[in-house]
Amino acid sequence: MSRTDDNWLLRVRNLTKIYGEPNENTLNMTGPLFNSNICPETDAIVACANISFDLYPGEVLGIVGESGSGKSTVVRLLYFDMEKTAGTAWLKPYNNGLANILEESNQKKRFIRNHLMGMVYQNPRDGLNFRFSSGGNIAEKLIMAGNMNVGQIRGRASELLEKTEVPVQRMDDRPSSFSGGMQQRVQISKAIANNPPLLFLDEVTTGLDVSVQAKVLDLIRELQQDLGIAMIVVSHDLSVIRMLTDRTIVLKDGRLVESGLTDQILQDPQHEYSQLLVSSLL
Amino acid sequence: MVENKKYVNKYNFAFIDEATKREIRRKLLKAVAIPGYQVPYSSPEMPISRGWGTGGLHVTLSVIGKKDVFKIIDQGSDASVNACNLREFVHMMTDVKTTFDTSEATLIQTRHRVTEEELNENQIYIYQVPQPEPLRGVERYENKTRQMHGEADYAKMWVSIYESFVRHGDIMLYAGYPVKVNNRYIMAPSPIPKWDIPNLNQSKALHLFGAGREKRLYAVPPYTTVEPLEFEDVKFHTEDFTGLACFKTGYKKAYLDELYFDNGERHFVINDSNFLDKLMEHSPLKQHSNKYIDKIEA
Repeated sequence: MSRTDDNWLLRVRNLTKIYGEPNENTLNMTGPLFNSNICPETDAIVACANISFDLYPGEVLGIVGESGSGKSTVVRLLYFDMEKTAGTAWLKPYNNGLANILEESNQKKRFIRNHLMGMVYQNPRDGLNFRFSSGGNIAEKLIMAGNMNVGQIRGRASELLEKTEVPVQRMDDRPSSFSGGMQQRVQISKAIANNPPLLFLDEVTTGLDVSVQAKVLDLIRELQQDLGIAMIVVSHDLSVIRMLTDRTIVLKDGRLVESGLTDQILQDPQHEYSQLLVSSLL
Repeated sequence: MVENKKYVNKYNFAFIDEATKREIRRKLLKAVAIPGYQVPYSSPEMPISRGWGTGGLHVTLSVIGKKDVFKIIDQGSDASVNACNLREFVHMMTDVKTTFDTSEATLIQTRHRVTEEELNENQIYIYQVPQPEPLRGVERYENKTRQMHGEADYAKMWVSIYESFVRHGDIMLYAGYPVKVNNRYIMAPSPIPKWDIPNLNQSKALHLFGAGREKRLYAVPPYTTVEPLEFEDVKFHTEDFTGLACFKTGYKKAYLDELYFDNGERHFVINDSNFLDKLMEHSPLKQHSNKYIDKIEA
């Protein structure tokens, strides 16, 4: 797919999230140069600042960095789980990319979330309601997008569970009775229920054992190839990044320190921190 | 309320002082303006404790006038304890005429039933509501439910109905079946049986709901659309009385109560006492008409 200036799917500019009360020096006195994201003057915490990138249709973008570097904050801001401090984001399928989705009303944000985005969290408890059955969890997403036919909902849910290799006869069981890998698959089914053009994956394989990890990664790669969903993959695990992503951005102390093709970053890292990250790979 | 010894009358007309009545009326106007929206209100002290019908009583006492004719029922009956006591209280405080006759009344307070007889445009129908929040079962925090109502975010409610169907093969909700009012707010119609729900739709009367303990008022204005929540292929239905009939009149198109006699026999009787009386006297009657009742053979 050609990458012209115009065919981006998601465009993010200067995305910033600060906790506490920043002053005019906060951004200048934090970041990788100071090896800290806490403002020495006001104690404000800069979770992420001035993050800008473009995502193209069908592309997989990786976000790497150590814990606390702001990886998850970026996707959670884009999925409206938290309120941004500053910054803009445009999504092509929404209003032809003319509206800043971060400034829309809650109702419109919910529309975007339900129709145009999917999210898979590290902890299935964040993404699934454990009081509902796994079918009910998928139904929630379909109902929110306006499907009011139980037969159709169940048809689609079993189709999705089949695709993600969860036994369909367990559709009406609660996810609490599932293994971690199965819960993650149910979460993925829910996230892709409405065929969104954009999917966020936040540390999806962390906490799963290696064989299950490989299966979940396989599934994600298959989905990406079959459905052509654009993805943002957040991980501290470079092998996950290598396996899934085309392009990668590296975060450190809430700032973007390097971006480029994944292979390039892994083989020839430019920034000091990226070099450290790659050389620490076991 | 402080007892007033200075004037001839010990209490103000209709017990509640005028300023508070005005406040409640203002909130009622707001409730009528936004059908199904729960309006917070003062819920002043009453000589009965909250949770025993104070919400209905607040509404009744703040809208009642000297020319009103008052009827009150409890579970369909004019003669049960709650109804009798409240009727006596309202009569003492206002001296208005009281009645058992549904068609004669201009103000009807109720607990858990809508009358079988059709309501008319001159009537105000007032409900005592124990739990005004239809979403409480799926979301326990008030700030969350208020936000969900504000943004019409009802997915959780729908999923709970879906889950109920998946688990049990039917929507296992009985009294107080959630309804959508005017295509916007989901509302708890107080615990009236499913039988009564279709009678709220496009009703000629004004329906006012008062929840005293929870301090909420809401309303369904006349000729407002009220729809029970249902899926395209999983439908709402009323209580099934197939094969049963009132043992006194043989009537089949009314909500029935189950009775056990001393000899162990089981019988059914019409729940709405005034409706039953009128049927037995062969007085002229106009019953509510809706697609669920109309399907039943007489």
